[in-house]
Amino acid sequence: MDENKAAFEPRIIAFVCNWCTYAGADLTGTSRIKYATNVEIVRFPCTGRIDFMLLLKAFAAGADGIIVSGCHPNDCHYTSGNFHARRRWIVFRGLLDFLGIDVRRIHYYWVSAAEGAKWAEVVNQTVAEIRELGPYTEYKKVANYIEETEAAHE
Amino acid sequence: MNNWNKQIADMLADGTVALVIGYEEGSTPQKTRPLFCHDAVAAERLVMDGRCTHNLAVYLTKKELLPAEGRIGVVATVNVLKSALQLMQENQIPEGRFLLMAVGPEGKLTELPDAESLRQYIAAHPLPDNPEVAALIEKIDAMSREERWAYWQECLSKCVKCYACRAACPLCYCTRCIVEDNRPQWILPWASTLPNIEWQINRVMHMAGRCTGCGACYAACPLHLPIHLLTKKLTQEINREFGTERPAKGNVLSTFSPDDKENFIH
Ligand code: SF4
Ligand code: SF4
Repeated sequence: MDENKAAFEPRIIAFVCNWCTYAGADLTGTSRIKYATNVEIVRFPCTGRIDFMLLLKAFAAGADGIIVSGCHPNDCHYTSGNFHARRRWIVFRGLLDFLGIDVRRIHYYWVSAAEGAKWAEVVNQTVAEIRELGPYTEYKKVANYIEETEAAHE
Repeated sequence: MNNWNKQIADMLADGTVALVIGYEEGSTPQKTRPLFCHDAVAAERLVMDGRCTHNLAVYLTKKELLPAEGRIGVVATVNVLKSALQLMQENQIPEGRFLLMAVGPEGKLTELPDAESLRQYIAAHPLPDNPEVAALIEKIDAMSREERWAYWQECLSKCVKCYACRAACPLCYCTRCIVEDNRPQWILPWASTLPNIEWQINRVMHMAGRCTGCGACYAACPLHLPIHLLTKKLTQEINREFGTERPAKGNVLSTFSPDDKENFIH
């Protein structure tokens, strides 16, 4: 089992804002800091624009973990997008947990444009934790129910 | 004829109101159904008692059902009043357009012409919390996460995507809903488990902090799926996180506080 876990490369989708975290991730690169390659970054104008449906769609499309990250409180380029987002995440998280969706697979961070080193850290940490949890098969099963049912009948 | 029926008949006759929405006897003695009274004669058929469970507030945003001119009376239950107030707070219905009326135990008619009178009446007539709903939520909370996922999967796999839950809810008033959008088509239109779950997540998230807990969604579901537990749970969460007070204009998720507390963002 542990060998399997070591072999498992989690697929992580990161939803980040343009102004802070995306710039921070850029800085990670230009600072030549090495970090886990499991993350695919999707850039948004603001954390306020990160619709909760995007997170569900990422899981449905095969993500094992998700990162949501933007500007620290009071640093939002649009003043309050991250405050609105924070409220939404609080509520959304409660609902997902009640439905039995694995909220440990969604990691939220504030990463500023100056925090290139933090970005590398949070990605590494997320990858390690998701690797420990294993692939999100529960969700994939429901998302790919046609393939799953056909495979079961073969 | 009850005294209050007479009062309403008079209002229709003298033009105080152009239409009155209320309840009449239904097709079985256990049931009532919505009634649109356009004249004084029809007002005789109005009834009001514990069998009146439809949420009539759902009609208040349906312009095609309402006369263009004149005031519209509504013989309302407390649930209808709560929904109507929420609609006013969301600027969906103008304050003077509807004359909401409550019928007291002795058949006394109370007119509630504006948001403030509604607020006072609702505060004076609190609805008891349904202990069954609270118990069911506790039961689900006590399950392991895997059990909860299995429970909701099993439950929502039965949804037939009829959208009766949406149609019955007075606060689900968008004329274009995400489920009918096909670019992108985020929620697949056929009834299968994941799209069904996604549909409920969307419905409930869009209700966050707005749901008045009337239970019309659950009552309308032909499969009796306990979807009201989702909205109720979210209401509990919101009360715990942001307090039981709701903003007088707008709603919980259209505002924020710089002091909102969370412990999961690092
Ligand atoms: S209980 Fe259901 S129908 Fe009533 S307001 Fe809430 S979501 Fe809408
Ligand atoms: S009323 Fe019930 S069956 Fe119809 S869409 Fe809503 S949850 Fe599904």
